[in-house]
This record gives sequence, structure tokens and C-alpha cells, in this order.
Amino acid sequence: MKLAARVENVTKTYDLGPALLEQPLGGSKQDLNYAPMNADHGRILVRALRGVSLDFPEGDFVAIMGASGSGKSTLLNLLGGLDRPSTGKYILDGIDVSQMSDAELSHVRNQKLGFIFQSYNLIPQYTVLENIEVPLHYRLGYPAIGPKEQARCLAMAQKVGLGERLDHRPFQLSGGQQQRVAIARALVNDPEIILADEPTGNLDSSTSNEIMEMLKSLNQEGRTIIMVTHEPDIANWARRQIVMRDGVVFKEVLTEEVLARHGGVLSVH
Amino acid sequence: MSISRLVRIVQLGLKSLMLHKLRSGLTMLGIVFGVFSVIAMLAIGEGASAQAQKQIVALGATNIIIRSVKPVEGSSTDQNAAGSARYGLTRTDFKRLQKTISTITNAIPVRELPREARYLKKAMNCRLVGCTADYQDVNHLKINKGRFISDADQDTRANVVVLAHEVAMELFPVEEPLGKAIQIDSIFYTVIGVTNERTASAGIGGSLAAQDYNKDLYVPINTFRSRIGDEIFIPKQRGMDSEYLELSQITLTVREAKDVLRTADVVRGTIERFHTQKDFAVVVPLELLKQADQLRQIFNIVLGSIAAISLVVGGIGIMNIMLATVTERTREIGIRRALGAKQRDIIEQFLTETVVLSGTGGFLGIGLGLLTPITFRTIRWFTLNFILDTRPGQLSETSRMFSEMEPAVAIWSLPLAFGISVGIGIIFGLYPARAAARLDPIEALRHV
Ligand SMILES: Nc1ncnc2c1ncn2[C@@H]1O[C@H](COP(=O)(O)OP(=O)(O)O)[C@@H](O)[C@H]1O
Ligand SMILES: [Mg+2]
Repeated sequence: MKLAARVENVTKTYDLGPALLEQPLGGSKQDLNYAPMNADHGRILVRALRGVSLDFPEGDFVAIMGASGSGKSTLLNLLGGLDRPSTGKYILDGIDVSQMSDAELSHVRNQKLGFIFQSYNLIPQYTVLENIEVPLHYRLGYPAIGPKEQARCLAMAQKVGLGERLDHRPFQLSGGQQQRVAIARALVNDPEIILADEPTGNLDSSTSNEIMEMLKSLNQEGRTIIMVTHEPDIANWARRQIVMRDGVVFKEVLTEEVLARHGGVLSVH
Repeated sequence: MSISRLVRIVQLGLKSLMLHKLRSGLTMLGIVFGVFSVIAMLAIGEGASAQAQKQIVALGATNIIIRSVKPVEGSSTDQNAAGSARYGLTRTDFKRLQKTISTITNAIPVRELPREARYLKKAMNCRLVGCTADYQDVNHLKINKGRFISDADQDTRANVVVLAHEVAMELFPVEEPLGKAIQIDSIFYTVIGVTNERTASAGIGGSLAAQDYNKDLYVPINTFRSRIGDEIFIPKQRGMDSEYLELSQITLTVREAKDVLRTADVVRGTIERFHTQKDFAVVVPLELLKQADQLRQIFNIVLGSIAAISLVVGGIGIMNIMLATVTERTREIGIRRALGAKQRDIIEQFLTETVVLSGTGGFLGIGLGLLTPITFRTIRWFTLNFILDTRPGQLSETSRMFSEMEPAVAIWSLPLAFGISVGIGIIFGLYPARAAARLDPIEALRHV
């Protein structure tokens, strides 16, 4: 089976600068995230990912779970090309993107990836249609936005059920509607992979289900979906669940196994 | 960059700016007034120098003017038999210059004296000018009626006079002046012509006082010599003082402008050799013109620089606002980056915004700048009517210049000021734009 994405032994270390010995080393953080001082040459290093290897076949639907601070968002940001790994490889659609320049990586984000965020992240001064258009502005060679592109934006808006609200601005929409605009925007450049960081985190359960329904149908169209969530109900929409812990993959299970063995809830501890 | 892209990014800039109309407007004002002051300063500078140049050109760019100058009291003056002070240019000087210097095409001897002219019961203090027929052309005098003095008048030493406009108006308010006889000292002269009004020439340094041609009486210089003579008696507290002066001025015309400066040197040398005292001054209008041009350039640079400082202040205002905008829109920047915007795209977006801001400001500033003449006239009207004392005779040379000056908006200053304002937009926009582009997309997305 063809791989949409693959990470090989990826690590991510944040350098927080020289250590101040008097300063307590972040009591709330888990101790394992902080390596012994002498090994770090007197600097505070946060090891957010400590060697992660994962394969994402084309058409996969994955939920990444784990406690707060376990490295879920860091992993998703790497997968989304918003950040580069400290070591290791990230192969996207057969190409190693882990050492790409900013411009190249921006192009990859624009063409191959679609983002959905917990807080929607629409541009407030833009209408629904204008928000959906934004990724079209950054295509290679900056082609003009013609009737074909406008038709596509309209089609995407209709697809997420907002065909009647094209001229509305984000503040005039409910949370669920805003998230649907974000989905339409993520789809406009026809990406292979959709990355969602807690897409239902700000929504009530019935709206959450609507959004998940939508992601599921996108998955059925053949798109790879990688989603971070800490809600078991939401994770159960995915085909596969990956549990992170202290910067490494702790568990990898299929949802059907979870539903069969654990009464529908995957233990993350 | 394609046109459609440029249009799009300018539209984007306009849209963001329209979001905060008051803020954008106030920021723009800095540039508007900066551009306006650059244009206005240069216009006033140009106006002042244009006026000076006009007056210098009126003296004739190919002319060399030699004036007799009374040596300072106490220095040795030649005394003739009668004991009167003798100084200044002589008829011998005149002939020598006329004969020996080949580049001179025309030479006019002039003798001037303040004299009272009378007709019936009317009298007026005038300047009596003994000259030749060529004086008319060289000084751009226009004849209103009758004729100017001729060579024949010279030969016959005719008692004829040409009146300047103002003299004619004063002595002959209703009567026809031509053919009438006016009295100067005890001698009668027949009026043969009247000149048109002529604007006064500028005073240049100490050697050439401002000339008001409107109070002149022109007589043939030979007549002047026969009737009045070279020796002039001046009443003193006790008795009389006399002075002996043959010519007040010699006006030389040089064939070509390129020969003027060299000829002037030769003229100086020629006269100096025969004068034991410094009793003459050579005025070269072309030299003055060059000096005035240099002065104009210095003026323009100084005034322009002062105005440009206000443009820089405007630029700092723009930078300040753009930095605030970048902070305010950090999240938008993060969103755009996640959706595929390169660092360059972000730089271009914010740079376009500042350039649209400063460019629009520059455009409005040009509009205001074009109104400089009207603004200037309004201010002048208020100044002359409410601040300065402008009763007749109270107007000083400076305020007269002020009242006659016309600011001239220099066409080249428009693109210059506009270019500077756009340049300022780029310079002061670059830092905020780079700051925006360098934000870490993940951090930017987390920004609240
Ligand atoms: N920019 C950063 N600088 C320093 N530490 C960071 C940064 N981003 C994340 N971290 C740290 O990395 C670890 C993993 O964070 P994250 O991936 O956000 O966890 P999760 O999304 O699972 O809650 C945490 O300890 C977090 O504090
Ligand atoms: Mg997180």
C-alpha cells in the first residue's frame, strides 16, 4: 500500500536557553522531558519528541491521543510542515521534506496539506468566500483567481453546507459553521492529507458529530486524515488510534479492537 | 510579479487599511504634510529666485555696467583748480573702452543727477538722465507717445526731454505733454516723448542701487554737458561744496554671452590703469545671474532638507503604526503561513500596505502642494493687510519683494516628493514587514 506520509525516528528538542540553577525545573512538567543538566551543557532542553516512527498509508484515518504535554501537537506540527524535526526524517508523498527551505515547505503546506484548528483560525475581516480563497493566493507562480477557481470555492462552501452564507463574516457564524468554513478552506487546493488539531475541542457534542461526519466522508473520498484529540468518543471515529506518552509512541491500536476490548474507551495511561 | 498579483496585493493592502480608517488617515497625514512642505518650500524658493533672476536679466545678460563711485570721505581725492572733488568715470575712459575692446558692440555714456522738474505750478523731484539713443533699447524702455532722444538731438545739443510715465502723470494730469516745455533749474526743455510704465530693477549690492525708472527725465548727454556741465554744486551748512564728475555710468554691450566675463576683466584692467583711486565699480549681470543661481540651489537644498525632515517624521509614524499592526495581526500571519504563505509573501503584504499608505499620503500631499500659490497668496494677504504697515512709503524693500513674489511649483518637485514618500514607506515599512515574516508560524497561531 502506498504511504501518504512516514516519520522515521523523529525527535524534537526545544532549547529554552541557559539554565538558571536557582530556578525550579518546571514542577508541573514531567521529569522525563528534562534530561540531566550536565548532559545538556548547562542549557534547558525540552525533549518534546524522543524518537517517533510512524507510517500513514494513503486513505488512513488516524487519531493521535495522549495526556497533555505528551507531544501530540508537536508531532502534528511536524506532519503539517509548520516545523522541522531536530533529527530524523519526514517523508511526505515519497519526498523527504525534513530539510526543506521555508519557501519549499510553504509550497508543500499549500498544495499537499490542509489544516483544521481547534479555534477555527479564520481571518476575521474576510467573508466566508474570501476565507475559503486564501490558500489560492499562495499557489506556485501566483496564478490569477479566475472563474474556475471561484466556482471551486463556491462548490466547497456548498459542500460544507454554507452555500447561503457566502458573504457572512466569521463573527456572524456559530462555532460549528466556522469550523465548516475552515474545512472548506482546507479542501480548496485539493490536499492529500488533512491535519486536524482538536477540531471539536470548542464544539458541543452534536456539532462535534456533524464535523466528524464531514471528516469521515472526506476520508471515504480517499483523503488521509490525521487528527489530534483527547476525547475517546471523537477518537473512535478514526480507523486507528495512536497514544503518545512523554514524547514517544506508547500504543497503536485499531478502533475496532478498542471498541471490542475496552468497552469503547482506550486507556491512555 | 504579474499584474493580477500586484492588483490583488494592493487590494489586500487597501482592505486592511480601510479596516482602521481613522488610524490609517492619521498616519497618512504625516506624509501628506511632509510632501506638501517639500513642494511648498521648493515653490517658494523657486519663486524668490525667479523674481531675482527676472530683475537681473532685465539688466541684460550681455551687458557690463560700470558705475562711478564716490570714494569714501578722507581718502585722497584729486582736486582741480577750483578745489572741487573730482572722481569717477571720464569721457576719456568711455572712448578708450569703446575703441580698444573689440568684443564690445555698443557703449552708452550716462550722467545722472537728482533734479526738480517744473511745469506751471507743478513740481516733482526727478532723476535727470543724460544719455544716448541706445539707452532706450538697453534698458528695455517702451515709448508710449512721441519718440526717444535721437542722434540728431545729440549733435544739435537740442533742449529736448523724454518723460518717464510717472513724471508725465504728475506734471500733465490732463494736458497733452508733447510739445510743452518743462523747466529744470533755469532752463526749459521741450517734451518729445513719454515712456511706458516700467518695473523697477533690483538693487544689487552697494554699487548698483535699485532703479526706479518711473521718475526719470531723459535728455541728450551732450545737452546735459552744455547746460549743466560736469561740476555740481551742493549746498552745505556753510557755503557750497562742489564735485566734478564726467559720467555716472557706462553701459557696455558685449557681442556674445561667452565673452562677457573675459571682457569684464579687460574692462576692469583698462580703467584701473588710469585711475589712482577706487572710484568705480564694475557690475556684471551675468556674474550676478550665476551667483543667484548658486544661491537658488543652496536655498532649494536647505529648504528641501528641512521639509524632508517632516517626511522622515511621517515615516516614523508609519513604522510605529505598522509595528502595532503586525502585533495585532500576529494570528492572521500564522494562519496565512499555515495555508502556504512564504516569508516573502508576508513581507510583500505588509510592505504593500505601508507603500499604499505613504503613496496615498504622497498623492494627497501633491494635491495640497499644487495649492501652494493660493495658500501663499492668502497668507500674504493677511500679512500685508493686518500685520505689516503698508501705508504708501512704509513698504520696505523686503516687504515689497514679498508682495511681488509669486511661488512657482516646480514640476520636478512633484515626482521627487512622491518618490521620497514612497521610498520612506519602503524604508520604514521594511522592518515591521520583516518582523512579521520572521514570526514562527506555530507561535503566531497560538497568539491570542
Ligand atoms: N515552542 C516550544 N518551546 C518550548 N517547549 C515547547 C514548545 N512547544 C511545546 N513545548 C513542550 O513540548 C512538550 C510537548 O508539547 P505539545 O506537543 O504541545 O503537547 P500536547 O499537544 O500533547 O499537549 C511540552 O512539554 C511542551 O511544554
Ligand atoms: Mg496540544
